Amino acid sequence: MSSIIFQYDRTFDGMLTAVFDAYARRSFPQMIQGLDEPLPLFYDEVHTVITDEEKSGRVWKALEKKLSKEALSCLTVSYLSELPELDLHLFKYICKNIDSPVSLERNFSDDDILFVTNTFRKVLYERLRMMQFIRFQKAADGTYFGIMEPQYNVLPLAIAHFKDRFADQPFVIYDKKRHYGYYYNQSEVTQVTFDESLPHFVTGKLDESLMADDEKLFQELWRTYFKAVCIQGRINPRKQRKDMPVRYWKYLTEKNK
Amino acid sequence: MTEETLKKLKILTESAKYDVSCSSSGTVRSNTQSGLGNTVGGIGICHSFADDGRCISLLKTMLTNSCMYDCAYCINRRSNDIPRATFSVRELVELTIEFYRRNYIEGLFLSSGVVRNPDYTMERLVRVVKDLRTIHRFNGYIHLKSIPGASRELVNEAGKYADRMSVNIEIPNESSLKLLAPEKDFKSVYQPMSYIQQQTLAAKEERKHFKHAPRFVPAGQSTQMIIGATPDHDRDILRLSSTLYARPTMRRVYYSGYIHVNTYDTRLPMLKQPPLVRENRLYQADWLLRFYQFKVDEIVNDAYPDLDLEIDPKLSWALRHPEVFPVDINKAPYELILRVPGIGVKSATLIVNSRRFARVTSYHLKKMGVVMKKAKFFITCGELSSPTVNELRPENVRRLLTPSSSRKKDDRQMQLPFSNE
Ligand code: SF4
Repeated sequence: MSSIIFQYDRTFDGMLTAVFDAYARRSFPQMIQGLDEPLPLFYDEVHTVITDEEKSGRVWKALEKKLSKEALSCLTVSYLSELPELDLHLFKYICKNIDSPVSLERNFSDDDILFVTNTFRKVLYERLRMMQFIRFQKAADGTYFGIMEPQYNVLPLAIAHFKDRFADQPFVIYDKKRHYGYYYNQSEVTQVTFDESLPHFVTGKLDESLMADDEKLFQELWRTYFKAVCIQGRINPRKQRKDMPVRYWKYLTEKNK
Repeated sequence: MTEETLKKLKILTESAKYDVSCSSSGTVRSNTQSGLGNTVGGIGICHSFADDGRCISLLKTMLTNSCMYDCAYCINRRSNDIPRATFSVRELVELTIEFYRRNYIEGLFLSSGVVRNPDYTMERLVRVVKDLRTIHRFNGYIHLKSIPGASRELVNEAGKYADRMSVNIEIPNESSLKLLAPEKDFKSVYQPMSYIQQQTLAAKEERKHFKHAPRFVPAGQSTQMIIGATPDHDRDILRLSSTLYARPTMRRVYYSGYIHVNTYDTRLPMLKQPPLVRENRLYQADWLLRFYQFKVDEIVNDAYPDLDLEIDPKLSWALRHPEVFPVDINKAPYELILRVPGIGVKSATLIVNSRRFARVTSYHLKKMGVVMKKAKFFITCGELSSPTVNELRPENVRRLLTPSSSRKKDDRQMQLPFSNE
């Protein structure tokens, strides 16, 4: 059996172009990887996918005809997991549905469908965690500053929620792992990057000199509340860690002094 | 806002924390152009988890913890010598808004001890929620605990601004309630409950004709019962819950394992630890009532007045009804699949969707998140060869599935019942 490897730029359009290429060449890969990843020791052929919006658009149109809205967002959302092992499953999910006369999106006994669907759920869960755990600190100029390191690239999915909820306050939400964030100026959202050597990007905490007047007091009030609301007779650190994993604690006001 | 507020917040939160309900679900309200806050479609967000593992979603506190009543189970009863404090309306409003802006909370859960008389107290509670909504255009979640004995007018006014209101039953039968809370009776609980219900239904009717007619407690009402303070059986508790759920606006019944806060009061049992396992089992049973199409008498009845503490109520039911099993995963209706121990709502849905395309095998079941360790005794799916509950007999299956004593400790966890089955 021959082994074929596709390399692509790891964009979503690149993935769709890869599908287009496979049908055009009538050869399907056994492996899909990023352009700069090292190749395995043995293989028969490498095909380099050149992302082409015309091609990806045609594949997407074909999918739109077959899949439900939910399944389409399952594709784009699971993609934000950035998991390398997703690539081949996603590729096969798309091909299987193109080949089938009916949508297979609900056939969860198929490994590829199930993997992509489960990844979709995980990404949405991480989005929820941003909605839960991002904390704002109010800066002297009135901007609310929030920073996090999400497991998956979910800020694009969460930003609409924050914009609606905090419509009347300027804020920054920053993904330190992926080095970008969003700034909202009370009317629109723009993508931003910052100099991450600034102390509050390193520690996640605004220096007192940069805080709004009552910020310190409200942080203190919140920590007081957090302690007071706990019932001593029911202490349960395991449940706490399960629902609020330690990896987020660095940025939680109540878990830091 | 000063250091003084800090002290008050500590006192009033410690007084409020024994009220378990904290959910902020059930309303969808989008923000207005220049307002603050929204509530998210149906799900309440937990913003933090305290050291006791409980979800922190709302700023749960009290207007005052002074109280003229003397309920035996309550930390705030007038005969207790504890620090007392009272928030001003302004302080409460500002705390809520500022916490909300920092994404600490989904909104406010406000209750109060009774001072002077029920209406005097209720009126000040109403001022807090009214100020939040009208002056500060706050669109976050508000849960208001109604004061027992408050007038219909004030309850109706409060409901215009609150998302949810609650009146706690606390004690599941009236004679015990009167014994423990001499100033209360079932009427003081059920009357405000029915005010809320009537007004909610009236507002709904109104909105059919006028699209912009105001909503009334859109997230409905909830209540709470204390578990283990009186000799009531789980049967009595769950029958009451089931009756309450039959009412059109009752959304949640909460169960709160009794914490022995007033150790000197001999009307109450001496509990070293709150009955957390029992509390968890009651939540699981409640879950079966609401999402698994169980009737209350299937779970507890005169022959089985109490829930089994060692195994969950669904497994317990299955072991009492081996004749229903094994269930054929590839053919049985959804309702029956839902009854299989180890299969939750999510995996049951996955199964009925997938089997249209191909036979579902035990390999698929595992991948779909079914707990095979439990489920295997109760299903057939073609190739699965393990013996069923009928071949092994229920008592042996029970032994196989009862956690060994070394793992008993796990049962203290208050887990969301069945969530990961
Ligand atoms: S009326 Fe409420 S606050 Fe007052 S003692 Fe009874 S339960 Fe406690």
